[in-house]
Amino acid sequence: MTTFVSREAGLDRRSIVVVAILAVVTLALVVLSVGTGDYDMTPAEVLRTLAGQGTKAQYLVVTGRLPRVLVAVLVGAALALAGSVFQTLTRNPLGSPDIIGFTTGSATGGILMILVVGSAPGFVALGALGGGLLTMALIAALCAPYGLLSSRLVLLGIAMSAVLAGVNSYLLVKASKENAARATVWLVGDLAGRDWNYFVPLAAVLVVLVPVVLVNGRALRMLEMGDDAAVGVGVAVGRMRNLLLLCAVALVAAATAAVGPIPFIALISPQLARRMTRLPGPNLVVSAFVGALLVVAADYVGQRVLGASLLPVGVVAATLGGAYFVWLLLVGRRRA
Amino acid sequence: MLVGALFALAAAFLLSIGFGSNALSLGSVLHGLFAYDGSFDDVVIRDDRLPRTVLGVVVGMALGLAGALLQAVTRNPVADPGLLGINYGAALAIVVGSVAFSVTAPGQLIWFAFGGALLGTWLVSVIGGAVSPIRLVLAGVAVQAVFVGLNQALQVINTHSLDQMRFWLVGSLVNRDLAGLTGLLPFFLAGVALAAVLGRPLNAIALGEDTARGLGANPAFTRLAGMAAVGLLSAAATAACGPIAFVGLMVPHVVRLLAGQDERWVLLLSALLAPALLLVCDVLGRVLGSPGEIQVGVMMDIVGGVAFIVVARRLKAVRR
Repeated sequence: MTTFVSREAGLDRRSIVVVAILAVVTLALVVLSVGTGDYDMTPAEVLRTLAGQGTKAQYLVVTGRLPRVLVAVLVGAALALAGSVFQTLTRNPLGSPDIIGFTTGSATGGILMILVVGSAPGFVALGALGGGLLTMALIAALCAPYGLLSSRLVLLGIAMSAVLAGVNSYLLVKASKENAARATVWLVGDLAGRDWNYFVPLAAVLVVLVPVVLVNGRALRMLEMGDDAAVGVGVAVGRMRNLLLLCAVALVAAATAAVGPIPFIALISPQLARRMTRLPGPNLVVSAFVGALLVVAADYVGQRVLGASLLPVGVVAATLGGAYFVWLLLVGRRRA
Repeated sequence: MLVGALFALAAAFLLSIGFGSNALSLGSVLHGLFAYDGSFDDVVIRDDRLPRTVLGVVVGMALGLAGALLQAVTRNPVADPGLLGINYGAALAIVVGSVAFSVTAPGQLIWFAFGGALLGTWLVSVIGGAVSPIRLVLAGVAVQAVFVGLNQALQVINTHSLDQMRFWLVGSLVNRDLAGLTGLLPFFLAGVALAAVLGRPLNAIALGEDTARGLGANPAFTRLAGMAAVGLLSAAATAACGPIAFVGLMVPHVVRLLAGQDERWVLLLSALLAPALLLVCDVLGRVLGSPGEIQVGVMMDIVGGVAFIVVARRLKAVRR
């Protein structure tokens, strides 16, 4: 099974080394992150506590902080996988959910749920899923005359994001004060206060969806080559595309429901992964690891960089991700 | 055409004064404007609705001109000071000015705004180049994301300023007094004057670099002057009422449909129709949002975003 998955997900020896390095760095950041806060702990103390040999106070601190970091890992992996699938299916490096509006659509659905029903993670997740799917259907319909592969998708998506962002602000203005405050915090994308109640549903979703995506990695790679080639090697193109799109939207929705919309992770992770492995194709596994690392790192930076005032992870991701995006555009321009 | 545009502007002007939580008839609007006698309705009109409407006219004009100029200078149909992050650059600079240097006078903040707008313009044009609509918009998205992120970071550091800034950052015409506006007026007028002079050279540029030179225009200089005018106008508009997107995208498009490609007409008609659009959106926000109101920036996002969808679908060929 493992060899099957690794081969079909496009893992060669270089990728395995990359994954190993990414995993080690992520783990190191997790440990550092758990040690960060009002009650600082050294990495050694954190590790000892995790092994069950710390003091009771240390144990409480670690179990209090651990879910937040683990949620960050899962969110990053989910967003990156979804981004990888989207970018491959649209055959467009910019066809990622945060650029073409699905993330904002998920946010709209989530806010609606927060305002109408309540802020339990389950409801928000349903709302986010519904919002994401609706947005996808809308954009697909708008783009249909030109084909989903046209680069018009990006323009339409950005326009749709603007409309939905307006709708989001409208909803916030109309909401009661406390609901609006809750929704505002969620909209920025923040990991504060994420405990096991957030981790468990998110993990459950990932346990189901990630294998589905990985197992179909080969078909995804064939789809990237073109519909005819994919049909030629025996991929049921229409069904496979729908299945993968559904999985990707669900991944985005689950991540968005857990921590709010975090920009740029889905856009950047597959790009970084491709540069690291130097492999074409979706690079699913490596992307997921890159995404996890990015979100954990962004959260860590947000907790560290300003001393006492904590920056929400969404803010850090927007700033650094935007800067990286600028750099990508600059490099691309020089080449063009 | 000109008469039609003037008529639309006048209608929007009267509409904006008449509508609100206390709706006034056309008769009492005209009465308050031209035969002020101190009755309650007249006071509402003079002290509350009129300043707001005048502000809307000035800001709309600035944004419409900036958009038309930007589209002509970059020869790119999707250019808009809001969409490209220029307005938000000005906004960021204002937040920096008030948080880090505790400047509060509008007359001084405008200099920060101008710097921020120029920075945004420069960044976007360096990153995006000019030819491809997609690249330009993406550059705008990226630059805007960085600005927004920095802005939020600043607000986290200084929560105290957050409350005042929050509504301003959405883009709103509420509670601006005209006294603050006078400090911005020189910038606005300079921008308008530049735009007025640039119509003819921009026409020449539209024919291509070589032809333009043959016609006696200086493309590089024209472009520079155009960008400076965009900076002046966006800075003034943003300093007055926060970053508002899409006005400068929509209006020039409609104008080009109606009046053709002559930049002089495009600029003039944009300057007249943009305020009309802004005022109508503001009125819409007041009607839809009652008992409160929806900020005009939010309304603009929704209306303008839809318009952007239409524009994106109409573009003939999208170059990468």
